[in-house]
Amino acid sequence: MISIVWAVIFILLGPVAGGIIAGIDRKVTARMQGRFGPPLLQPFYDVGKLFEKEHIVVNETQIFYVVCYFIFIVFTGGLFFAGADLLLVIFALTLAQIFLVLGAYSSDSPYSHIGAERELLQIIAYEPMVILAAVGMYVVTGSFTVSDILAFPRPVILLIPGLFLGFLYVLTIKLRKSPFDISTSHHAHQEIVKGVTTEFSGPSLGLIEITHWYETVFLLGFVYLFFAWNPVVSAVAVIVVYLLEILIDNTNARVKWQLALKSSWAVAAIVGLVNLAALYYLRGA
Amino acid sequence: MQIVQLLVFLILFPLITAFFMFAVRKNGERKLIVSLSALAIGGVLVYLLVTAFDKGAVYFGVGSESVGMVMFAIEMAVAVFIFYLGIRYRNYLVVGLITLQSLAMIWYEAVYARGIEVQYSLFVDQFSLIMALIIGIIGSLICVYALGYMKHFHEHHVEIPDRRNWFFFVLFVFLSAMFGLVFANNIVWVYFFWEITTLCSFLLIGYTKTEEATANAFTALWMNLLGGIAFSGAILYLATLGGGIMGLDQLLASGKVIALLPAVLIGFAGLTKAAQLPFSSWLVGAMVAPTPVSALLHSSTMVKAGVYIIVRLAPIFQGTPSGYALAFIGAFTFLIASGIAISRSNAKQVLAYSTIANLGLVVACAGIGTYEAIWAAILLIIFHAISKSLLFMAVGTVEHRISSRDIENMRGLITCMPKITAMMVIGIAGMFLAPFGMLISKWVAIRAFIDAPLGFIFVIILAFGSAITVFFWAKWMGKIITVVPDKVHLEGKVDPNEWIALVSLAGLTVITCFIFPLISSMLLEPFLLANYGVSAQLSQDNITIMILMLFLLVVLPLSVLLPHHRHKHVPAYMGGRTTTPDMHFSGSLGMQRQMELSNYYLDSWFGEAKLRKIGIGLCTAILAVMFLAVALRGVVL
Amino acid sequence: MAYLKKSPWIIHYDASSCNGCDIEILACLTPMYDVERFGIINTGNPKHADIFVVTGTVNEQNREIILNIYNQIPDPKAVVAVGICATSAGVFRECYNVAGGVDMVIPVDVYVPGCAARPESIIDGIVTALGIIEEKRRMMDLPAGGKPAAADSPGGGT
Repeated sequence: MISIVWAVIFILLGPVAGGIIAGIDRKVTARMQGRFGPPLLQPFYDVGKLFEKEHIVVNETQIFYVVCYFIFIVFTGGLFFAGADLLLVIFALTLAQIFLVLGAYSSDSPYSHIGAERELLQIIAYEPMVILAAVGMYVVTGSFTVSDILAFPRPVILLIPGLFLGFLYVLTIKLRKSPFDISTSHHAHQEIVKGVTTEFSGPSLGLIEITHWYETVFLLGFVYLFFAWNPVVSAVAVIVVYLLEILIDNTNARVKWQLALKSSWAVAAIVGLVNLAALYYLRGA
Repeated sequence: MQIVQLLVFLILFPLITAFFMFAVRKNGERKLIVSLSALAIGGVLVYLLVTAFDKGAVYFGVGSESVGMVMFAIEMAVAVFIFYLGIRYRNYLVVGLITLQSLAMIWYEAVYARGIEVQYSLFVDQFSLIMALIIGIIGSLICVYALGYMKHFHEHHVEIPDRRNWFFFVLFVFLSAMFGLVFANNIVWVYFFWEITTLCSFLLIGYTKTEEATANAFTALWMNLLGGIAFSGAILYLATLGGGIMGLDQLLASGKVIALLPAVLIGFAGLTKAAQLPFSSWLVGAMVAPTPVSALLHSSTMVKAGVYIIVRLAPIFQGTPSGYALAFIGAFTFLIASGIAISRSNAKQVLAYSTIANLGLVVACAGIGTYEAIWAAILLIIFHAISKSLLFMAVGTVEHRISSRDIENMRGLITCMPKITAMMVIGIAGMFLAPFGMLISKWVAIRAFIDAPLGFIFVIILAFGSAITVFFWAKWMGKIITVVPDKVHLEGKVDPNEWIALVSLAGLTVITCFIFPLISSMLLEPFLLANYGVSAQLSQDNITIMILMLFLLVVLPLSVLLPHHRHKHVPAYMGGRTTTPDMHFSGSLGMQRQMELSNYYLDSWFGEAKLRKIGIGLCTAILAVMFLAVALRGVVL
Repeated sequence: MAYLKKSPWIIHYDASSCNGCDIEILACLTPMYDVERFGIINTGNPKHADIFVVTGTVNEQNREIILNIYNQIPDPKAVVAVGICATSAGVFRECYNVAGGVDMVIPVDVYVPGCAARPESIIDGIVTALGIIEEKRRMMDLPAGGKPAAADSPGGGT
């Protein structure tokens, strides 16, 4: 059952929510570091400023890729909140990510290039885990559709705790938080300047920022799905998870891609095998 | 016209055309014959589709004994030919294998052939129709492409003798054999056409007659002959202990006790033909052949014959330990071949390993054998054939222009060959991106695996393998869309025949994605219903969403046609260093340096040598398990 | 609403500084002075930056680099020369290997003298630069309030 209403709400309010979450992120981070930090609405000021800047490019195709990235992330989130098939949502997300990667590749720039390669490594690091999380939800609820999973009367998390923990592990990658922010991040200088977003400026960069907000909201929605049986518990879980991510971000240094990739795959394989085997055994028994 | 006449036409017409192609020496005449035959085959196929699509499986008896004797005569001639070549090139493995195989078939022919009566030799059902469409449409397009490609090939490789008439002759014989393979119900006929395709592959790989080509041709030959021996073993078994069953329909109906051993043997033959681990090296080696060969035989049709026969026999494998072993061979081939593809920078090798991987996925689905899995398998076959042949042909065209098939040399292709790049992007996207066909098939495969017993292990393998494919496809795509200014436009010199083939296949890639719900409901679902009693379906919601995504992807690129003003261009950031447009910068000590960007190949993780060893070891062990399981079944049962 | 004033991103370049001024600039980011309160982020990428903060003198090696970075910063932009070396080459003015202050190469908007310049002065300088940038933006005739000027169609730029 596709609910267009929720998709529209996501499209309209998603960036607002995402921006506020980003603002909270920076404020909490600052407090953790003993500073005051920027005002809560700072991310909106940032994006507003970016749209006021001159739009310079390295080549004209960059803009096309960024716009496609934006459109397809919004599409992904819209699909998700409308209650569509979870696997399809995940594949649409991959499609969107590829556009960002292509945008980085299109400029013949060393920092962008390495950022793009690392972004691809990130994608292949988290993709198995995300697919397995969706598979876990299917095995528990009997359906891939988000609306069915939401309507499931029992807590999904209790049957797939392993997959949830694995998902949290790769969530750090998706949210671009240390220790896994290997391709680009909001922090200070990286060894590859800004990685994927190096060659974007002005409105393009602003669009990427807004897209990241949409993505954050979508990802937190995915977390919500694990606990969906009780909205209050879910909301609390989402808040706790995000605060946990901020904590992890501030207490860890960035790791090399080899460690990020190996550990993500190891986690995905182990929790996948153990959790799914247990589920199959329970289902068969 | 009656359906059986159409089938016979499709089998014999390419054969007759082959002889004409052999006689013709001038390119103009060649072009005429190829175009006419492409139209004829295409027309007949459409007519066949329209007449037969709703009839289910239809069987025809066609003069078994006389045809059988002609086939046997040809087989023996071929055997003598291979024997002679084996002696001449001192490849005694081949000599031994062909002797063994011939002895088996002579024994069969002498002792049992009289007593076996196959009621129906030919048949057609929805799956055969799909295979025939692939062979006919893609095959014809590739033959058209070959006209332009081979012309350029011989202009630039004067040291290689121009045997184009022989080349096209073998191509058309191959097409004829493929049609025969998918329309044959008599297992001895399937075996005959199977061996003809082995021969064609051998001849075409060795076309250039260089030392490397000859060596690789013989490798392909002995591996496929191993399969052929297994196939003849199956025939002998059926003739002796199998009660004389020699029709596919009878085999599928006869129940697992009798049918499992011959199915496993024929399945083994399918594995060798589809270059599954441990038999993958022949396909990688076959990449020395000219591109039309790689596109036709080694990605879209011949190797599909291998998986075709496994999918045909899937009901026999379903639920058995041997079936699971087969599925594991496919799954691990998928995972390991995808991994190796990451470390390859030779474009044709990447395509080869990707082909092996996707065939592995089809085999995995066939081994699981539930109706959903077969649905996924056939969808994979269709979409892979289209996208992969497009990619091979595009790579062939690019290779002729830039004189290299290394992906690292394709940097900036979008500036020097924009239209070809666009088609390559469509091909690559068709291999791994939603909403294109391959991804849809993988999606269906995930659902199929989950619902099967022990399926979660396959889902995990598929999840990892799928992620790995994203990496090597995306980095290739990134390489070719890099905008490098001031490159010379090379597209003007592309032959019109190559354009026709490339554009048609690119269009086909997109169109099949739009119409696949139609293909599914009109051909696949009735097939599944007839053979499994249940049918699989995609929900209407999902279909709508996919069509929407596809629509977006088609419409959005058209925005480049909108008028827009040029933005201010600045160079890429190089740490403040001033750079020329072709990325020269003044480095330390005032020296001019050149920036070079290379993709990640992760050789220490996904190196060919290491992964191949693991794959060969693992899959050989599983093969042993597969045979053991069926042998013990006979004992234990 | 003018967003540039609320979110100035800086790119910091050490021309040939002794690092004294650089350390003071980085000190501004620490909890003691915490310039992130004003929305200031130190991006390392000129394409993302608004304010170009330069320390140190200009010599033959960094002349082109300063120009290169300056050209890659999208308008409107401001340049802040931090420290007396960036302002006028300071005590190294007569040296054979020094060309002069940063204004030898690019137009400077704010000079922050000092050796080393104190964080308070640096922050003061950047805040002054904010006002200058705002002036420049108005003169560029951009819509204030950051309406997403046709950023949804490829090519429709501001």
